[in-house]
Amino acid sequence: MSAKGLSNILSGLREAFGGFTDIGLIDNTGTQVAYVGPFDLQGKDYSDQPWFKETLQQGSYISDVFLGYRDLPHFVLAVRFTMDNGNEAILRTTIDISLFKNLLSGLNLSGDGDAFIVNRQGVLQVPSRYHGGVLEHMDLPIPEYAPSTRSLVLKKDSGDPLITGYAYVEGTPFIVMIVKRQAMLMNSMHEAVEEILWISGLSGVVIIVVILAVATFMVGRIYEAELTRVKAQRQMEHANRMASIGRLAAGVAHEINNPLAIINEKAGLLRDLFTFREEYKGDDRLVRMVDSIISSVERCGTITKRLLGFARQVDTFMAPLNLVGVIREVLSFVQKEAEYRSIEVQIHTENELPTVVSDRGKLQQIFLNLINNAFQAMDDGGSLDITVRSIGEDTAELVFSDDGCGISRENLERIFEPFFSTKKQTSGTGLGLSITYGLVNELGGEMEVVSEVGTGTTFIIRLPLKDQGKEQT
Amino acid sequence: MKILLVDDEVELISALAERLSFRGIDADWADNGEDAIELARNNEYEVAVLDVKMPGMSGLELQERLEKIRPGMRYVFLSGHGSHQDFREGSAKASSYLMKPVNIDELIERVKQA
Repeated sequence: MSAKGLSNILSGLREAFGGFTDIGLIDNTGTQVAYVGPFDLQGKDYSDQPWFKETLQQGSYISDVFLGYRDLPHFVLAVRFTMDNGNEAILRTTIDISLFKNLLSGLNLSGDGDAFIVNRQGVLQVPSRYHGGVLEHMDLPIPEYAPSTRSLVLKKDSGDPLITGYAYVEGTPFIVMIVKRQAMLMNSMHEAVEEILWISGLSGVVIIVVILAVATFMVGRIYEAELTRVKAQRQMEHANRMASIGRLAAGVAHEINNPLAIINEKAGLLRDLFTFREEYKGDDRLVRMVDSIISSVERCGTITKRLLGFARQVDTFMAPLNLVGVIREVLSFVQKEAEYRSIEVQIHTENELPTVVSDRGKLQQIFLNLINNAFQAMDDGGSLDITVRSIGEDTAELVFSDDGCGISRENLERIFEPFFSTKKQTSGTGLGLSITYGLVNELGGEMEVVSEVGTGTTFIIRLPLKDQGKEQT
Repeated sequence: MKILLVDDEVELISALAERLSFRGIDADWADNGEDAIELARNNEYEVAVLDVKMPGMSGLELQERLEKIRPGMRYVFLSGHGSHQDFREGSAKASSYLMKPVNIDELIERVKQA
């Protein structure tokens, strides 16, 4: 092979790969018979060099990187071949590590990635970014031999764990290593984890805030509704009580007024006798006594008139109304208690009920008294059946039937008496049913009761469909 | 002046009649509606003083009956109850409505005004 042939080969290699410094042909005696390159090495004897012997034996040789005459890191590649004349010869070339550098820099290593080559003794064949300069020992342990690509986590004495990928290049002394700091590698994952944590946390807080707000709002609404209900119930109870007192007062006043009127007339007559009759005249002391009686009667009259005036506020006002509607209104006041105590209240209508002309307020009081009475007689979970039907053309019948404790025969006779109560220990005034009875009478109706101890009680009310109230007479 | 007094309380109405007579008013009295109608048939009264609430025939019913026998007779109602309804009806059908116990001078005044 001529020097010109070698020169062509060298320029071809440089063009294709770059980094090739020189090339030489050595015959089987170790003499360099042809050389192309920057040095004068023609005729140099390599027969005692270990690489020459190894190449002859193995067929090829790749050296570690070393500093040559030019003080540039490079390595040597030698290949044995057989020439045309049948003799063995070796083609030897020197390659600059810029080739390696170019290859490694082509790797896309994000962040703190470091790619380099070491030999099997751990000497860096190219400079590393973090683990030492060229031909220095890298500051990492040499990974154990593996026939294929492997990865492992290396730990330096100080600092983060390093994720390392490496491969032993077969037929060469080289190990290619890629090293990344675990922290950097995990960075994006950590960021993602952190972001997820933040979002989850924020969502949690938002959910809790929304739940709290909604719950507070709902509880507020329920509380307000409860307050309104309690207030309405109190007002109704108050109206009920005032109506009772009014009726009681009116009854008393009316009953007292008649004897008072008689006293008035009799005393007046006495006064007249002393005034107009000669035989009684002249006794001023007696006249003064009679005057005192008359003025006292006047005082009593003022009081009874006031009482009657009080009763007048709760007087009857007849208007057409729907009985079932009134019952439903009253039930709305006791609905909560019924729910708490699981009491079932049902309204049954047996036939088409015409409009009733009656007093709404008094009917409300009647129904509330009867329903409250039934509730007090029942255990939790009882049931109250209210039946509304018309009888004939002019009567409505209402039946309030509970499955409570019932009333004994002896008590049943006295149940409508004022101040009779079986609930002495609780808040019973003993006026509820007597007032109810009175109200039914005032509306021109009648009321009766049927009861059996342990089975339940039924109150039956019959009301005229048209206004036939007592007060008209 | 001749008037008719009707109230179911005999003690009241008899004493009232006597007291009115002291004051120059000739008053007949009855303690029920039927007797009162009988008296009205036989006598001519300028004014009738009626109790609103009486057993059997009420003051308002009696007034209707008397109106047929003696058209033009005037009426004063008395009541021991004084409910709103009494007041409305009494006021509508009579010139006066008085609450028991009544003051004799006030009654005389109302009777004269009637």
